[in-house]
Amino acid sequence: MSGNRIAKLSLQLMTIIEERSVNNLSAIPKEEYLYKCTSACAGCSSSLCLRYVLKAAGPDSVLVVPACCTSVIQGMYPGTAMNVPVYNIAFAAAAACASGMSDAFATLGRETNVIVYAGDGGTVDIGIQALSGAFERGTNFLYICYDNEAYGNTGMQRSGSTPLGARTTTTPGGKPTAKKDLDRIVEAHNPPYMATACSAYPLDLYKKVKKALSIEGPKFIHILAPCPPGWRYPTEKTVEMGKLAVKTAQWILYEREFGKLTINGPSKAAMKKPAPLEDYIKSQGRFKNLSPEIFDLMRQQVEQNIQRLSREEAGVC
Amino acid sequence: MLTIATGNKAVAAAVKAARPGVIAAYPITPQTEIVEQIADYVTDGDLESRYIPVESEHSAMAACIGASAGGVRTFTATSSHGLLYMHEMVHWAAGARLPIVMANVNRALGPGWNTWAEHTDAFSQRDTGWLQVFVGTVQEAYDATLMAFKIAENERVLLPVMVNQDGFALSHIMQSLETVEIGDFLPPFHLPHAIDTENPCGYGPMTGPADYFRFRWDIERSMRDARGVIADVEREFAERFGRTYGPTEDYRCEDADVVVVAVGTLGKEAEMAIDRLRDEGVKAGSMRLRWFRPFPDLDLSGRDVVVIDRDYSFGFGGVVAHSIRSKTGIEPYSVIAGLGGQEVTYNDIADFVRNRRPGEETWFGVSDHV
Repeated sequence: MSGNRIAKLSLQLMTIIEERSVNNLSAIPKEEYLYKCTSACAGCSSSLCLRYVLKAAGPDSVLVVPACCTSVIQGMYPGTAMNVPVYNIAFAAAAACASGMSDAFATLGRETNVIVYAGDGGTVDIGIQALSGAFERGTNFLYICYDNEAYGNTGMQRSGSTPLGARTTTTPGGKPTAKKDLDRIVEAHNPPYMATACSAYPLDLYKKVKKALSIEGPKFIHILAPCPPGWRYPTEKTVEMGKLAVKTAQWILYEREFGKLTINGPSKAAMKKPAPLEDYIKSQGRFKNLSPEIFDLMRQQVEQNIQRLSREEAGVC
Repeated sequence: MLTIATGNKAVAAAVKAARPGVIAAYPITPQTEIVEQIADYVTDGDLESRYIPVESEHSAMAACIGASAGGVRTFTATSSHGLLYMHEMVHWAAGARLPIVMANVNRALGPGWNTWAEHTDAFSQRDTGWLQVFVGTVQEAYDATLMAFKIAENERVLLPVMVNQDGFALSHIMQSLETVEIGDFLPPFHLPHAIDTENPCGYGPMTGPADYFRFRWDIERSMRDARGVIADVEREFAERFGRTYGPTEDYRCEDADVVVVAVGTLGKEAEMAIDRLRDEGVKAGSMRLRWFRPFPDLDLSGRDVVVIDRDYSFGFGGVVAHSIRSKTGIEPYSVIAGLGGQEVTYNDIADFVRNRRPGEETWFGVSDHV
């Protein structure tokens, strides 16, 4: 067994031990890398997520941020709300910039984590070429897409990640096409680790970031990040909205490690007996006046996703 | 070591000597030979760089930005459409004050597809904050690339440098090349604002008008300081390696009544035209413009000036002709020639001088005096 392989296995073992020890929020480090009083909107779930991402990653980490809400949330020069270096880069360029940075650190013998924190527009649309290239090249980095299902920074225009039927400022009658299935695109690159997460489940997210950063190569985490002004729900409902997305199986929490799929706890129950999709749809202004036909299509999509992932987990696909 | 090489191979040899930590590039005709040669060096262990075979030029420059900010020397090469595709990141690299070196093999822009020499690609990046040098020989392609790293990385500059050579007319031409033992000509890479997790900073965050304006002025201040740094580096290069360069390469200009100003291989071709004209008793000289940014101060007073532009700014004029006009106040005879690889011989250049009409513009072979 090569030295590399032993190192990798021992790292994985350490991660498993650590995972078992971190089973409630109180076990998450107290250090803050995202300070208070950012310019995020009230009820912003993506900044909640970023807080846990950075707690998991620790201080020897760099965030690479393309144009997105986080470009604004981090604060204005000369101030910064972050306690790790943040490298801002053009909209389409995050994964490529991270690629160069990761190689530079490798050249210098530094083990600094390189983490892209990008919105859905910068990931599924304008940034997808660079993302695909970096994954195909086996870049050693973690790419996190926080997905609020529209271009939030510019005031909620539709993105490729906007779901069917959702109203945005550029789909005032509701989006006529389905959400782009980013995870299946990433999966086609066979990364060693990929996962979904949701802002309403911070412990799950924390563990996934920890695990991802223990693995060499390109890692991907796709976080559903409910957005009060964009989805049109009251700010205090942000956590509830994330939980509803998972409980209705509209959003399924899973990990795929070296190709092996594991459905995570909260979604296991939801996939067996999903909560009524109406609960999720009716609580958001963006789905106002949704036609019954569109609603049926959405329900069918949920069912298809459940079946596809269940089959994959059971090894029947 | 004395050898023979193409312009492309000369650039690759200089990159090998400069030993960047990261090279990220995407192939494009006529630059491809540079990235292929570098890939060979890396694969054969002759160059210990990490070579990132990116999926586009936009990503090539983005990867160079990430790598340079991460604290290592970086290099990329491109041409024509590749340069234009990375344009957004070309601006970003300069704004982020990263001393990236890029070889650009000058080529025309489509449509129609044309892979031959033209300078419009580089001149379209005029306002990005990059230093730009144009070379005329294979040896100069090598020397200028080596010097580019030293100039870019000087703390008074910290701006990226583009080393331009004509597609095919130089990139694929074999000439003699003397490579050097670089010694300590290039010091170890040091970037004062490299990413440091012990000192977390925001790089390029939202910036208000007052700070943004100051950062732009800082770029211009460094561009002005670059003139002195370039002169120092070229002087040191001459002392160490015996080859002398300056902002222009002047040929028989001292007593000239008429001076031909051109860029790249046309500037070398002009030297032969000058010899012919001198034989006829015409007191002619040539001035090959090497540095385009920062633009040098030129002494052309009291002479007729013939400018050959292998480029054009539509609705305005030849880029070099207008630069000469605005810097010197002289009304040159503006010849637009060589676009898309059009053949321009020294006889043609001699004709431009014989038939010159100061203040007018001609499109060679297409229209007479416009």
